[in-house]
Amino acid sequence: MNPQFPKNPSFTKETLKKQFRLSEFLAEKIISSVAFLSIAIIFLIFIFVFKESLPLFSFGDKVKETTEIQAAQSDKAESYGAPAEDLAPETYGAEVVSNEDLQPESYGAPTEDLEPETYGDATEDLSVGSAEETPVVASENKEGADRTWSTFVSTEWVPVSDNPRFGLIALLIGTLKVTIISMLIAGPIAILAAIYTSCFASKRVKEIIKPIIEMLAAFPSVVIGFFALMVLATFFQDIFGYGSRLNAFIGGVAMALAAIPIIYTISEDALSAIPKTFTEASLALGASKAQTAFLVILPAATPGIFAALLLGVGRVFGETMIALMATGNAALLSANPFESVRTFAATIGSEMAETVFGETHYSVLFFIGSLLFIFSFGLNAIAEFYVKGKLIKKFQGK
Amino acid sequence: MDTVNNEINTAFFPSKKRGADLKGNIVIGITQVAVFLIIAVLFVILGIIIYQGRERFSWEFISTFPTNGMTEGGIFPALIGTFILVIVMSIAAVPFGTITAIYLTEYAKENSKFAAAVRFSVRTLAVVPSIIFGLFGLGFFIQFVGGGVDKVFNAGELHWGQPNILWASLTMALLTLPVIIVSVEEALKTIPRELREASLALGATKWQTIKQVVLPGSVSGIMTGTILAVSRGAGEVAPILFTGAAYYLATLPASMSDQFMNLGYHIYIMSTQSSDVEKTMPIQFATTLVLLILTLSLNLVAVIIRSRIRRRAK
Repeated sequence: MNPQFPKNPSFTKETLKKQFRLSEFLAEKIISSVAFLSIAIIFLIFIFVFKESLPLFSFGDKVKETTEIQAAQSDKAESYGAPAEDLAPETYGAEVVSNEDLQPESYGAPTEDLEPETYGDATEDLSVGSAEETPVVASENKEGADRTWSTFVSTEWVPVSDNPRFGLIALLIGTLKVTIISMLIAGPIAILAAIYTSCFASKRVKEIIKPIIEMLAAFPSVVIGFFALMVLATFFQDIFGYGSRLNAFIGGVAMALAAIPIIYTISEDALSAIPKTFTEASLALGASKAQTAFLVILPAATPGIFAALLLGVGRVFGETMIALMATGNAALLSANPFESVRTFAATIGSEMAETVFGETHYSVLFFIGSLLFIFSFGLNAIAEFYVKGKLIKKFQGK
Repeated sequence: MDTVNNEINTAFFPSKKRGADLKGNIVIGITQVAVFLIIAVLFVILGIIIYQGRERFSWEFISTFPTNGMTEGGIFPALIGTFILVIVMSIAAVPFGTITAIYLTEYAKENSKFAAAVRFSVRTLAVVPSIIFGLFGLGFFIQFVGGGVDKVFNAGELHWGQPNILWASLTMALLTLPVIIVSVEEALKTIPRELREASLALGATKWQTIKQVVLPGSVSGIMTGTILAVSRGAGEVAPILFTGAAYYLATLPASMSDQFMNLGYHIYIMSTQSSDVEKTMPIQFATTLVLLILTLSLNLVAVIIRSRIRRRAK
């Protein structure tokens, strides 16, 4: 409490020197290491989500993730080039005749004879992979080990069957469809609302509007999903009269509700951050308020609004509950916005509980998870560094 | 500022009245419509859920167990499950969030790379899809930590290595960590630098200053963060889908290794996988109403506290 002062405070170099105190030192170290935790969590998330998808990379030892991804991509490319007949399940059936006993494991068939214990860790699975690979010629080797990869580019998502197919393309198209629809709705509305709030609204109106719109962010996504499922779906079906009640459009509208507060808040911040001098200069030159907002402030705030849209995309892309409840969850391949779709996140959410630990389906779901993680990480990184860099440059007049 | 501009406008350019700018007014009108649209949709959602949910909404509904295969009765276990979840979550997340915020405002140097990395991680945590936290909870807490504990202490018998309320709460804690960090950081920044300097000048050490001056001043910020985190945690479903939420349980969770029922999960299950969706519709709306009341009122409290903090800062 009461620090000990020297009896004769003489301000020599000695007395002014910062004393070493163990408690201070420990406090600082502990606090910094707790702060380090949030960095560690990001790494742990990546490592653990990716680890569970490792069995898919059965040809790879414990190489770095990055090289594995590259390898995976090159493999994907290979299977693109390969004629479709080669990838047909029959070929694999023939190939496995040589080692019949390994069949259930290597195919990750969702049948009950799989014992979770055997899959305890990735290394065990890897050894299975290599044991299977040995009899095969090196060139076919890769393809054989990666039958799962080859089904990724197919358009069918049939994870639970004797011949499981993990057509990520169908899921990707579903996800993109919903994302595009919701951004087409949420983007303009949220940005226009942000422009009104920051450029046209009086201070009092602004203080009312902002909290109300931000209240929308407090709506749990399960509530929005429920509302879409119960109310929106029927409402829009009565208007448009399409066949399937739950579809990409309904999902898109519902996700727009989730994305609007994010886009609105960040855009509004970006618009409000534009220096007052911009507005004053423009008005002084005789421009109207509307001209100032759209021709001066909006262009100046473009990087910030771009960041807002990116984060909106990130939210929609990974949104699970709304997708689960409102999109119909059928992995159809069509461009029609009024058809049911199945998104990446909804696939994880609905199927993870039913998979058996360690089987291919399980790994594929985790692989989808790592894709989602990398995607949202990337979006955030772009929003953070690229956009901020641009903003700073802009205000320095470069 | 605006009124001054307008006065100047009308004083120097009397011919160019504001009303004459038809095109500009249309543009402003469009932006107004966007605002109106968002607010209208918000109130329509609120209105419909209140209207449809009020029928079943009663004390009895809140305080009784579901009966008859979840087609009748109340939501008591789901409510209790949600409460336990957010309490355990807060116990885990609030200290970590607060300490991280203290690091960022008090200890981090201006150009520290480490602090920048921490900030970036926090913002990344805030945008990672919630389902990824669910996957992480499954891979890390349940299989790695829980499975490891079982291997060491329970001789491989499955006890902690399966979904339960502890793992769900910890998963949720990771999700809500950024909410707490951001709120506390904001509150710490409003404490005047003079207070810190006065404390240091009196001979207090840095840690003493933080403990005696900075932290007491930021209690309201920590409260705001906690409330916002609870509001968020109460509504999220994706992270607990496979880390501990259960479809139906006849009893309340008795220990941390039990599964639990959850309001949001209850809504999801009842509206998509119930045996009779039509019949249970009033229950679903009433459950949604309860969840919405919970999250929105918590949010309102947080907004009020926060606006007080901001006023103090001015």
